[in-house]
Amino acid sequence: MDANTLNVVELCKRYGGVTALDRVSFAVRPGELFGFVGSNGAGKTTAMRIILGVLAADSGEVRVGHAPITSSMRARIGYMPEERGLYPKMPVLDQLVYLAQLRGCSTDEAHTRTERWLARMDLRERRHDEVQKLSLGNQQRVQLAAALVHDPDILVLDEPFSGLDPVAVDVMSAVLREKAAAGVPVVFSSHQLDLVERLCDRVGIIRDGQMVAQGAVDELTSAASGTLRVVAPEAPSGWASHIAGVRVLREVDSQTVLELDPGTDEQAVLRAALETGRVTEFSKQRPSLTELFRNVVTEGSQQ
Amino acid sequence: MSATGPGTAGQAPARIVALIARREITTRLRTKAFAFGTLAIVAGIAIYLLLINALFSDSDTTSIGVSGQATHIASQLEASAGELGLDADVTTLASAEQGRSRVDSGELDAAVSGAASDLEVVTESELDERLHAALTGITQQQVLRAALAQAGVDDPGAVLGEANAAEIGVTTLESADPEEGQRLAVGAIMAFLLFFGISTYGAYVAQGVVEEKSSRVVEILLAAVRPWQLLLGKVAGLGLVGLIQLVIIAGLGLAMATASGVLTVSDVAYTTFAWGVVWYVLGFFLYASVFAGAGSLVSRQEDMQSVVTPVTMILVLGFVVGINVTMADPGGTTAAVMSLVPFFAPMLMPGRIAASDVTGWEIALAAGLTALTILVLTWLGGKIYRNAVLHMGSRLRLAEALRPSKV
Repeated sequence: MDANTLNVVELCKRYGGVTALDRVSFAVRPGELFGFVGSNGAGKTTAMRIILGVLAADSGEVRVGHAPITSSMRARIGYMPEERGLYPKMPVLDQLVYLAQLRGCSTDEAHTRTERWLARMDLRERRHDEVQKLSLGNQQRVQLAAALVHDPDILVLDEPFSGLDPVAVDVMSAVLREKAAAGVPVVFSSHQLDLVERLCDRVGIIRDGQMVAQGAVDELTSAASGTLRVVAPEAPSGWASHIAGVRVLREVDSQTVLELDPGTDEQAVLRAALETGRVTEFSKQRPSLTELFRNVVTEGSQQ
Repeated sequence: MSATGPGTAGQAPARIVALIARREITTRLRTKAFAFGTLAIVAGIAIYLLLINALFSDSDTTSIGVSGQATHIASQLEASAGELGLDADVTTLASAEQGRSRVDSGELDAAVSGAASDLEVVTESELDERLHAALTGITQQQVLRAALAQAGVDDPGAVLGEANAAEIGVTTLESADPEEGQRLAVGAIMAFLLFFGISTYGAYVAQGVVEEKSSRVVEILLAAVRPWQLLLGKVAGLGLVGLIQLVIIAGLGLAMATASGVLTVSDVAYTTFAWGVVWYVLGFFLYASVFAGAGSLVSRQEDMQSVVTPVTMILVLGFVVGINVTMADPGGTTAAVMSLVPFFAPMLMPGRIAASDVTGWEIALAAGLTALTILVLTWLGGKIYRNAVLHMGSRLRLAEALRPSKV
């Protein structure tokens, strides 16, 4: 295992009678973008706060490589809390320099890096303005700069895309990819599943404090029961209903959409279709992350 | 973790606390409130001193005009008024009418006319008691002298001289302290400055804690530093700003008072100044953790007043009651007991040291009790702060904040 891997091991946390986290484990390797998804109140924020040491776990451990995380390692994390916030009356420049220094940068380093991020975020002109005098969009940019100004070794971002305008979403995506490419483990939570699917190497789906699915987006979607779209113009209605392990979802004109149980051989379906005559289209459709998420979450609520 | 990043070797906690304290200091010193507040108090002291100076120099001499037969008693009046502590400046006038008009215009304090045995005084509103006594004495002596002569006494002057020389014996149980008034004033001013400094900068601590909560910046901060570092830095920074202000105000006040001649007990004032600094530090640390704990219970500036007021009330109560008791009788039992109570000692002890003779063990006991209270309150306030500072939303009750399992 790489020495920079962020390892979350069997985290448990209860608030009174409510279980917020139940043996949650995941690992984010250097250079990996890990997407953390789940409904509101599923435990994402709690897990992130425990990683940052803002909250203490009842049991379980956060490790960097094999070693338990220390407070000096935590200072090297770039963190964006769900509840955004900066000193409203402090000028932008002073604020970023201060935050960089608190996380261990020397005064010179802090100034150099602050200037770099101010330029990147197009905030140079506003560097001496109080944060509260900036537009909401610009405040979000300062917030991102605040998470990145100390050149962090690990990134933990809680809902970094919420409330961003489309341009800022692009800037944020680019920054996350860039950080990952530089060998930083990046974990972020989001409700925008299309974004997570596009950006992330791996995702973890959390439900009621339990990690219910975890892995590469491809793996998860292909392992999940996919659907088959078959266009057979000469096939009689109900042609596929007798095949074992197959359920007919829709039948419209010559098009049939089938759901296969895991392990069912799609070649058998193809043969059955060919027996009815011509087959003009035969395609396997993977569920999107959104569909997968919906399935996983509704499964839970039916239990 | 890569060994190349800054801070991987671990940040010295002292550096973090210093960084936090420095932010508090620069932020506070930049505010208009600091500059104007300091200026306003220094100006207030200057005006007070000027007023005292003007009042004292004005009442120094009393100008009296004598006319007609009364001109014969001019030197006698000056002498007997002087014996009674009245610095009289006696001038001879052409007529009683001239005296009346000069009193009316304010040039004279009193105009005396008529024979020595039957004196007439004109004054603006009220006759100075000492002048009244002096004039009455002269009249009585004159009447007595005439009566003695009529009764056939050979030398009435000798009899009068003998009568005047008779004195009563006075034994004082306490040595009079001519400087008591000044010492009380120095003590009262110091007590006020301490009350002002502790309550103002204590409230700033609560305000700072609430500001970090309401703006939510506290979560970013606590991801990088420990709660005790954040709190200590804030308390140390604000305490230092308060100390700077106290030293500026007290120092300038002392310089002005000495220069204007109002203050002649400069050694008492310097000692009080030094004690003031010591007790400010003790008092501020005692109240700062209470204010911090109180502030951490709420998440919005609007709710701050409800938690800060009870703490401020203790300060106001201690100051108002304590200052009255101490000024009335600085050596009394009530003042002594109050100045030993840790919540009041920082405001009252320096004043008592200035105004009366406080024994060393009293000071040591008060300081020891205060230090002990600081330890307890810092532990308690720190615990409340740690538990409550990340709690957002409704106001937290004290019992909830003290429950150990909250975070």
